Amino acid sequence: MTESQIHFARQFLREEALPSPFCPGCGNGIVTNSFLKAVNDLGHSDLRKFAFVSGIGCGAWIPSPHFKADTLHTTHGRAVAFATGLKAANPELEVVVISGDGDLAAIGGNHLIHAARRNMDLTVICANNWIYGMTGGQVGPTTFTGDRTTTSPYGNPERPFDLARLVAASGANFVARWTTAHPIPAARAIRTALERRGFSFIEMLSQCPTAYGRRTKSGDAVDMIKWMKSLPVRKKDEPLGHRVPTKDLLDLGVFADRDEPSFLQSMEKMKEQI
Amino acid sequence: MPEKVMFTMGDIACAEGALAAGCKYFGGYPITPATEIAEWMSQKMPQYGGAYVQYEDEIASITSVIGASWTGTKSMTATSGPGVSLMLEAIGLAVMTETPLVLVNIMRGGPSTGQPTRGQQGDIMQAKWGSHGDYQIIALTPASVQEMFDQTVQAFNLSEKYRTPVFVLADETVGHMREKLVIPDEKDLKLVSRKQPTVDPSEYLPFKADEDDLVPPMALLGSKYQFYATGLTHDERGYPSDKEHIQIKLVTRLQDKILKNADDIIDLEKFMLDDADIAVIAYGTPSRSAKKAIKDARAEGIKAGLLRLKTVWPFPEDIVADLGTEVKHIIVPEQNLGQVYHMVRSAAAPTPIHLMAKPAGMPQLPHEILAKIREIDSI
Ligand code: SF4
Repeated sequence: MTESQIHFARQFLREEALPSPFCPGCGNGIVTNSFLKAVNDLGHSDLRKFAFVSGIGCGAWIPSPHFKADTLHTTHGRAVAFATGLKAANPELEVVVISGDGDLAAIGGNHLIHAARRNMDLTVICANNWIYGMTGGQVGPTTFTGDRTTTSPYGNPERPFDLARLVAASGANFVARWTTAHPIPAARAIRTALERRGFSFIEMLSQCPTAYGRRTKSGDAVDMIKWMKSLPVRKKDEPLGHRVPTKDLLDLGVFADRDEPSFLQSMEKMKEQI
Repeated sequence: MPEKVMFTMGDIACAEGALAAGCKYFGGYPITPATEIAEWMSQKMPQYGGAYVQYEDEIASITSVIGASWTGTKSMTATSGPGVSLMLEAIGLAVMTETPLVLVNIMRGGPSTGQPTRGQQGDIMQAKWGSHGDYQIIALTPASVQEMFDQTVQAFNLSEKYRTPVFVLADETVGHMREKLVIPDEKDLKLVSRKQPTVDPSEYLPFKADEDDLVPPMALLGSKYQFYATGLTHDERGYPSDKEHIQIKLVTRLQDKILKNADDIIDLEKFMLDDADIAVIAYGTPSRSAKKAIKDARAEGIKAGLLRLKTVWPFPEDIVADLGTEVKHIIVPEQNLGQVYHMVRSAAAPTPIHLMAKPAGMPQLPHEILAKIREIDSI
């Protein structure tokens, strides 16, 4: 193969760890691609500067062991806490958390909002597929009201989190929500996230045909991508307001775009005053 | 820094020990009776060029400590029983990823919220068996303010040497008592740092252990060695595996690296044991009462002696087994309903083992232990 024929993402991947374990049609490949495109666009030719931390679940397998970088696969829900310690101990590292919605927003929800409150210098990418995929399709904190899953057989009686609004309200400097049907704007947002100091959060809506598609009768990967493509995009500076996400009312775009002092900057300032 | 003398409490001696050992990261969460350690570290860390971060819960604090340690930073947290209960899963991660860290448990009354301001020794078995799966751990049991310092330094050294979490298990009385503390000149302190790989990155296998000590050299995050670490069962490359032989090999090595190095790890004190007929085996605060009781018993002509455990895990099985053949009776006073007692029983049987159990804050007093020694002597 000539160099131009080799996919740009290959230079960032551990060949011996491929192929990925994802199901055919899974959105996690597109999430991977958007992330690596952002890294490539920023001019990196390798991932040496980065450390990747993930938790448990399908989304956690995006970076590890696939990325040719320092990759750490931790316990369920704790990736953000792990990453915080890592960054606080070595601020030189570019620390990125990539994991799923169950991992980051259910069992790890407390760490997520507190890291946003601290404006911790991290980039967190959440592959949100609205369900526990790896365990076969159980209801989670992002599952839509009424969805039938293996543990909500009569339809989910609860309301889902709006993750982008939650993290924006918790104090993150940069928050955006895109989907696997929008890989280019997603890569652009990830690029901003990587460049921005403080806490950045990218929610990537991502189809899971195996668990979500099958259990909730949302169709195959193509059907789900078509649906996500039709989601409304927020206008710049449109007020956030409050809404409970539904399959039609899930707006995309930027939810927070600030440049407030980050955790590490505040720490430095504190040290100067001692 | 030259030698320094302080009159201070055990918790602060522990924090001073951490500073002397080179600790540069503390992930904290307040809990009685360990809060003084976090307070001291929050004050000192920025002055020492380190970081103190206070977390939303103990799960986050211990997990952050694992993350910090992977950057090559000596890292710790301090808590009490309820906090350790929350940390147990992460302790398993630290064991599995072979992450050096120090976890201080200032033990209070349990179960549950128990008696936060009263000491106990109820978490000995938790330290060893709390996280799921088979593993070994190192746990040190100081009995004085000076030992809170010395054994915290030792805890860091052992954690770095064997790439493992190390517990400092101190009962609340030791944590809160005030005594003289001598902080040695830093040049008199022996400090250990983890070994790092020297091979070419293309040859680096992050979980291939050296043959002599069964410990793999540990690359730092952000170094030229790009590696993968996971709580999943992994091969020498670090890659996950569901193969039976990989699981057996890994779990066996993780066990062996502690047990086969037990002689190097275990620290204990033998007091008047040489000709003893009755041995007391104790640790922490009750061992102080035991020492006084033994002196009094000797004054009465009773041949009693003390084996004071400064390391409870790995348990000094061989030493206790030998002792069982040398003495007629063993007394085990513990501030719990019997935990080390079970280990002594399994090592020293059929020698009669007498448990003095007290699951409460006031330790067995010297005259109570003396009374027990007399009672056994008269059998
Ligand atoms: S279960 Fe769903 S999320 Fe997991 S790999 Fe399969 S399609 Fe992707």
